[in-house]
Amino acid sequence: MTVELVGALMVFVLAVFVGFEIISRVPPTLHTPLMSGSNAISGITIVGAIVVVTAGYAGVARWLGVAALAMATINVVGGYVVTQRMLNMFTSRKKSRKGDRS
Amino acid sequence: MISTASLQLSYLVAAVLFIMGLRQLSSPRTAPKGNATSAVGMLIAVAATLLAFHIVKPVDFLIGVGAGTLIGGVLALRIQMTAMPQLVALFNGLGGVASSLVVLAELTRPKAAALAGSSLVAGGLGILIGNITLMGSLVAFGKLQGVIPTGAIRSRTLPWVNLMLLLASLAFSGALIGAPDNPVIVLSLVGLSLVLGVTGVMSIGGADMPVMIAFLNALSGLAASATGFALHNEVLIVAGSLVGASGVILTNIMCKGMNRSLGNVMFAGVGIADGAGGVVAPGGGIVKQASPEEAALMLTESELVIVVPGYGLAVAQAQHTVRQLADELEKKGVEVVYAMHPVAGRMPGHMNVLLAEADVDYEKLKDLDEVNPMFPQADTVLVVGANDVVNPVARTDTSSPIFGMPILDADKAGSCIVLKRSMRPGFSGIDNPLYTNDRTMMVFGDAKDTLVELVARVKQS
Repeated sequence: MTVELVGALMVFVLAVFVGFEIISRVPPTLHTPLMSGSNAISGITIVGAIVVVTAGYAGVARWLGVAALAMATINVVGGYVVTQRMLNMFTSRKKSRKGDRS
Repeated sequence: MISTASLQLSYLVAAVLFIMGLRQLSSPRTAPKGNATSAVGMLIAVAATLLAFHIVKPVDFLIGVGAGTLIGGVLALRIQMTAMPQLVALFNGLGGVASSLVVLAELTRPKAAALAGSSLVAGGLGILIGNITLMGSLVAFGKLQGVIPTGAIRSRTLPWVNLMLLLASLAFSGALIGAPDNPVIVLSLVGLSLVLGVTGVMSIGGADMPVMIAFLNALSGLAASATGFALHNEVLIVAGSLVGASGVILTNIMCKGMNRSLGNVMFAGVGIADGAGGVVAPGGGIVKQASPEEAALMLTESELVIVVPGYGLAVAQAQHTVRQLADELEKKGVEVVYAMHPVAGRMPGHMNVLLAEADVDYEKLKDLDEVNPMFPQADTVLVVGANDVVNPVARTDTSSPIFGMPILDADKAGSCIVLKRSMRPGFSGIDNPLYTNDRTMMVFGDAKDTLVELVARVKQS
C-alpha cells in the first residue's frame, strides 16, 4: 500500500461517516429530493470525464471520454434541475394555497 | 491555467459545499437552498478542473457538455411528477455508466500499462459497480414504466448465478493488474458486470422497488468513489462516498419499512403464486360495496378522516383530486390528515412528492409512528390505491410473507373506505382481509373518477 492510497482511504472513510451523520437527520418527507439531489452529486464523475476529455486521447479512448462526459452532464444538470423543481413544490404551498382551483 | 494546489483547494471548497447542501436538505424550508449550494459546489469543481487542464480538443468538450445539458435539462423540466421514480432510476444509471466509461477511457488510452496496481483494481471496481448501476437502473426503469413485467421472480438458481457473476467480475478486476490493456480481460469485465446488473434486479418485484432504487442510488455514489480512487481524485472520492452513505441509509429505512433484510429483498421474491400461507381465499369473505354517495356521506359526517395514499394514487394521477376532496371536507369542519408509509409507492418519499405537488401542507403528512395511535379515533379512513401497507395479516399471521412488516392500522378506525380498481390483490399477491372487514366499504373504479365524484357529492351536501 502506498501512502497515497492510504490517504485516499482516509478521505473515503471519513466522508462516509460525515455522510451518515448529516443524512440521518433528513425527514421522510424529503426522501425523494434527497435521493435525486444526492444522485446529482454522484454526477461528480463529470470531473473525471473532463480530465479524460481534456487530455485529448485518440481513437476509442476519445469517444469513451466524450460519452462519459455527456452521461455525467445529463446526470448533473438533470439531477439538480429536477430536485429544484420538486423542492419548490414543498415550499411554494403557503403562498398559493388560497385562490387556486376550488 | 491554475496550479495543482489551487485545483485541490477548489475541490475542498466543492466538497464542503456538498456537505453543507446535504445538511440543508434536512428541513423543507432550507432544502431548496441546500440543493443550490450543492449545485454551486459542482460548478466550482467543474470550473476548476477546466482551468487546471489544458483542453486539447475543445470540440469534444462542447459535444459532451452540450448534448448532456440539453438532454438532462429537457428531461428534468418535462417529466411528470408521477413518473419521478423512473427518472431518478434513469439518472442513477447514467451517473453509474459515466463512472464506468471514465475508467474505460483511462484503460484504453496510450500508456495505460503504466497505471498503478491499486488504481487498476479501483478502476475495475468502478467499471463493475458503474455497469451494475446502469443495467440495474434500466431494468428498474423498465419495470416502473411497465415495459418489463413487474412481478417478482423466485428462483433457487438465480442467486447462485448472480454470485458467480459477481465473483468472476471481481476476479477480472484483479486480473487488470497484470494486463490493464488486455482487451479480453476488459471486455469480459464489462460484459459480466452488465449481465449482473440485469439478473440482479430482474427478480425484484414492483413493491420492493423503493429498496432497489435506494440501493442503486448508493451504488452510483460508490462507482464515483471507485473511479476517484483510480484517478487519484479526492473530490470524486468524497462526493461519491457521501452519496453512498445517503443511499445506504435510505436502503436501510426502506428495508425496515418492510421488516426485511436487503438480502431477502434481493434474493427472495415475495408472494409468488405458490400460495404462501395467510391468504383469505377469493370469495372467502363478504365484500361490502358502497356507492360514491354513501362514501361521501360517511366522509362529511366524520370528525377525523385519515387518507392512506398508495401507488394507485400515482397511477391514477389523483393527487390534486385528493387535495380538493380534503379542502371540501375541511370547509365542513372535518379534520383531514394523511398517513404516510415509508414504502408506499415506488421510491422513498414517493407519496410525499405527489402530495407536495398537489400543495398539501406537509404538516398534515403523518409518519407511521405518529398516525397509528390516531386510527382508533378516526371516524373514517380513506384508502386510495394502497394495499400491502394496510394489510392486517402483517400483524397477525405468522405464516404470511409480509408478517412483521409495520403497517398502517386502517382496520382499527371507525370505518374504512377503500378506493380500488378491482378485487385484485396488490403486488405482493397476498389477499387483504381489510377488504372483507365488517366496517370496510369498497368503492370500485378508477381512483380519480371516484374522487371527482366524491368531491362533487361532498360539495352538494
